[in-house]
Amino acid sequence: MKERLEQLKQEALQKVEQATDVKSLKDVRVEYLGKKGPITEVLRGMGKLSKEERPVIGQLANEVRENIAEAIDSKQTRFEDEALEKQLEEESIDVTLPGRPVQVGGPHLLTSIVEEIEDLFIGMGFEIKEGPEVETDYYNFEALNLPKGHPARDMQDSFYVTEELLMRTHTSPVQARTMNQKNGDEVVKMICPGKVYRRDTDDATHSHQFTQIEGLLVDKDVRMSDLKGVLNAFAKQMFGEDRDIRLRPSFFPFTEPSVEMDISCKVCGGKGCSVCKQTGWIEILGGGMVHPNVLEMAGYDPKEYSGFAFGMGPERIAMLKYGVDDIRHFYTNDARFLKQYHKA
Amino acid sequence: MLVSLNWLNELIDVTDYNPEELAEIITKTGIEVEGVEPVAEAAEHVVVGYVESCEQHPNADKLSLCQVNVGEETLQIVCGAPNIAQGQKVPVAVPGAVLPGNFKIKKTKLRGEESNGMICSLQELGYDEKDVPEEYKEGIFVFPESVETGKDAVQLLNLNDKIIELGLTPNRADAMSMAGVAYEVAAAIDGSYTLAEEQLEEADEKAADHVTVKVEDAEANPYYGAFVIQDVKVGPSPLWMQNRLTASGIRPINNVVDITNYVLLEYGQPLHAFDYDRFGSDVIVTRRANDGEVIKTLDDQDRTLTADHLVITNGEKAHAIAGVMGGAESEVQDDTKTILLEAAYFNPAVVRQSSKDHGLRSESSTRFEKGVDPNRVERAGKRAAQLLQEYAGGTVLQGVVSFDELDRSEKQVSIETSRINDRLGTEISPEEIGHILRRLQFTFKQDGEVFHISVPTRRGDIERFEDMLEEIARIYGYDRLPFTLPKGASQAGGLSLNQQLKRRMKAYFEGAGLDETITYSLTKKDWAEMLVSPEVQREAASPVGLAMPMSEEHSHLRLSLLPELLQSLSYNVARKQNDLAYYEIGTVFISEEEQVTKQPREVLRAAGALTGQWMAHPWQQEKKAVDFFVAKGIVEGLSEQLDIPFEYEKAKLQNLHPGRAAVIKAGGKEIGFIGQVHPKLQKEFGLKETYVFDLNAEELMDQYNKEEAFQTIPRYPSVSRDIALVVDEEVAAGEIASTIAEAGAPLVKDVQVFDLYQGEHLTEGKKSLAFNLLYLDPQRTLKDEEVEAAHENILNAVKEQHAAELRS
Repeated sequence: MKERLEQLKQEALQKVEQATDVKSLKDVRVEYLGKKGPITEVLRGMGKLSKEERPVIGQLANEVRENIAEAIDSKQTRFEDEALEKQLEEESIDVTLPGRPVQVGGPHLLTSIVEEIEDLFIGMGFEIKEGPEVETDYYNFEALNLPKGHPARDMQDSFYVTEELLMRTHTSPVQARTMNQKNGDEVVKMICPGKVYRRDTDDATHSHQFTQIEGLLVDKDVRMSDLKGVLNAFAKQMFGEDRDIRLRPSFFPFTEPSVEMDISCKVCGGKGCSVCKQTGWIEILGGGMVHPNVLEMAGYDPKEYSGFAFGMGPERIAMLKYGVDDIRHFYTNDARFLKQYHKA
Repeated sequence: MLVSLNWLNELIDVTDYNPEELAEIITKTGIEVEGVEPVAEAAEHVVVGYVESCEQHPNADKLSLCQVNVGEETLQIVCGAPNIAQGQKVPVAVPGAVLPGNFKIKKTKLRGEESNGMICSLQELGYDEKDVPEEYKEGIFVFPESVETGKDAVQLLNLNDKIIELGLTPNRADAMSMAGVAYEVAAAIDGSYTLAEEQLEEADEKAADHVTVKVEDAEANPYYGAFVIQDVKVGPSPLWMQNRLTASGIRPINNVVDITNYVLLEYGQPLHAFDYDRFGSDVIVTRRANDGEVIKTLDDQDRTLTADHLVITNGEKAHAIAGVMGGAESEVQDDTKTILLEAAYFNPAVVRQSSKDHGLRSESSTRFEKGVDPNRVERAGKRAAQLLQEYAGGTVLQGVVSFDELDRSEKQVSIETSRINDRLGTEISPEEIGHILRRLQFTFKQDGEVFHISVPTRRGDIERFEDMLEEIARIYGYDRLPFTLPKGASQAGGLSLNQQLKRRMKAYFEGAGLDETITYSLTKKDWAEMLVSPEVQREAASPVGLAMPMSEEHSHLRLSLLPELLQSLSYNVARKQNDLAYYEIGTVFISEEEQVTKQPREVLRAAGALTGQWMAHPWQQEKKAVDFFVAKGIVEGLSEQLDIPFEYEKAKLQNLHPGRAAVIKAGGKEIGFIGQVHPKLQKEFGLKETYVFDLNAEELMDQYNKEEAFQTIPRYPSVSRDIALVVDEEVAAGEIASTIAEAGAPLVKDVQVFDLYQGEHLTEGKKSLAFNLLYLDPQRTLKDEEVEAAHENILNAVKEQHAAELRS
């Protein structure tokens, strides 16, 4: 019987070897391992064997079955793999064709700049405050040390709605309003971005509507060196670690002392070029220590409290940072302009 | 303010600094230098030549043959100028000279005659055409006889000067004079300067015998001084004075006018010279003008006055608008013999009002408006009288006839060193503060760390501690301040919930394919009230208008963001950019008052406008123009994003397609609308089909509920069923969906339309709508029978309410 099993095994393995497709392999399986197959037959004849022989032959028969089954399975797997490979080959595509487009939009350049500045100051512990664009004369001017008839009102010719209401000429009234809410004994640490309006004829460098972002810190013991430190941190983050800042004396009715801040020119690195008008510096913002009259009007005692304030124009920053050459681009919304700065 | 470097250098020695260095120092200590420009391109080897003879050129009608003495030699020069004549002293470019434009002068022959140089016009020497006096415009320049032959003409004509342009802030009126600039530069470079004393020789005859002064409004005119100068000869002023005026941007006229202008530049004090004989009386009365009073000013304009304006009169008739402009009648003329010279202090506010009302901004008014130095008014008069004596041959009568209630006292400010350092974050010593005060030439008494300062009257801007703080800081140097961070307790900064939501809305719209835009808040009147959301329309009276708009284009505050957004689309379409999807989040301005008295309510709205193809290059997808449902999908996405359900009600709205518009509600309130722009309006904007939406962003922020409790993820499976219904065309899908949701409650959790069909397989006037229903019981697994029962219920309800038949 042993010989018979060995013989069956050789036969079967040979047939597996010769099988060329899944079907012929299946035939081999049915022929040798099926219920009516020769191995089953051999096992049926085991009754004639001696007690000692029976387990030996039984084990051998099982081994033969397993060997054949393994060979079939392995060949089966090979056939399947080959078939899949072939299918995948057929499914090959041109990966250089474009993807199915997803319609995506993006932010306006001014928003990107405003949000970048907001986030920088939020990181330094500032809050964001907003206020009305149609302001009272009081908050736009008087609360900021610009009484009626003040010569500096000439500096910002305004759009009046009535004698007492006007389109705000700066976002500073938001500062005055915020301070007013604090009873004169709380810290104010805020940034106020927003639209402002002045009587300018629109051209490449003027716009009757533009954006401002201002900051204010009022606390006990605020020093001018703090203003310098905070603005320096801002400038380095906004424009790059390699840029230097310079403060120059200036004049604003709501600050005393007043400063203007320049950053070193990126184009020439400070040597002087046409962009910085040969000075090596580019003016970026104005600020100073909050004028005692402004503190007093908001209910703060200027002997006890001091503060600094500063303001800048995101349009100007955008023009400097990205080389935008005409302020009107910000408001005409040319798609080619908008798309260009989605990554900004 | 234009500052001649040559002039400045005579007041204070700045030769150690090159002009750019000096500009940098001045900028850093307080006054921004806006530019340093040479008056002319460099010219070399140009000297004064004496025309010994001048004859007709033998071979040319229009040329002259001149023998010109240039000092060490006499040169033959051919000259083409029509005004050349024997006996003149003229600028001569000798061989080897280089004129502006790199024009080299060489020996040459002109029509057969030797020419050894060139006699020059001012233009050829680099003068700006506008600065050339009328008489020399068409020919060569002629020097006064007094100049020495052979002298350097470049220097005599001040062509080697440089002009420093100062950008003065309104507080620094003190620097609107050469003296003021010299004080400032002295402080900046630690140099020394003092305004020199006037040297005046007066006659025995008294001015008071010729004029009296009466002031009616002392507040408007606290000081009026009158000088009388007789025997004046009107003629050209000396060349050096003309040069300085030209360098400072003032055109020379005659010696009298030039002298008053020169002193204005030197002292910062405007003066006025009347022709005494034409003044018409020996009494000067300054008073408020009468309403309707008329004066003809120097520019020959009749100006009608009011009581807001101050005038200088002869007791009857106005001869000048105080501080602004003189009258034509008493103007100094060539035959003027006696000068009545005014040196006065006029109230800044009064001068500003006059200047504004008459649209006259002069060198004089700009100085009075900002306040002149009270201690320099009379001195300036003396200085001008002195110059009239020297350069106009005048005799100055004794004394100044004046009205005087002028406060000349110096303001007292005390500062403590410790407080200065506390405010600046510095450690400046009292010694250094003392030194800074000396540089500024402020007198003071020191008491330990405290300084009691008398502020000179030229610095009217300094009144209190903080002003002195700035003076100390700027002379100490802003660049020497340390960099520190605020000492106060640190607090967490951040965005408010609404600010976060605004950013989230923006991010949503951009992710949904829209580009952010920013448009103007001020628009045309008819745009301000166009495409206004119905709930805004009901609240607003009419758009808020500006009192004095600059143009019709930007005259009213918008009630809707859409018209300017459509304008942006239109701008792009006109430039062949046809596929656009824009949004803006911005403010509209709602006033309930027809005549505005209160601030309008400012409401943040989110609007969108879409036109053209929804996708420009829809690779492997159907090319699709934007339609109502693209726009609605975007709005629905926002609703989902904020978890605020929106309802849509078909509506007929102004300027929208009557069949394609809906009002949007949330939480039972109207919050905006969506629709197609009316084809007529589309045409006006040059647009194809365009869809818009406009939502009250602020209301959405209010309804947003951040705190909503977490809902457990259901543990049991849901069952999905589709249902296709045939209904009349007019039946709204939204209504059927509502009926389904109601009838299927509580098991039906979601109803979605997934197909709409109209066409050949259906009866005319019918449509088929397919819905997908989601059944769920969060407590247990649903049985088929339960779903069946609910489904049956739904079918009955839609049949009953909408005559809907199950599609077979």
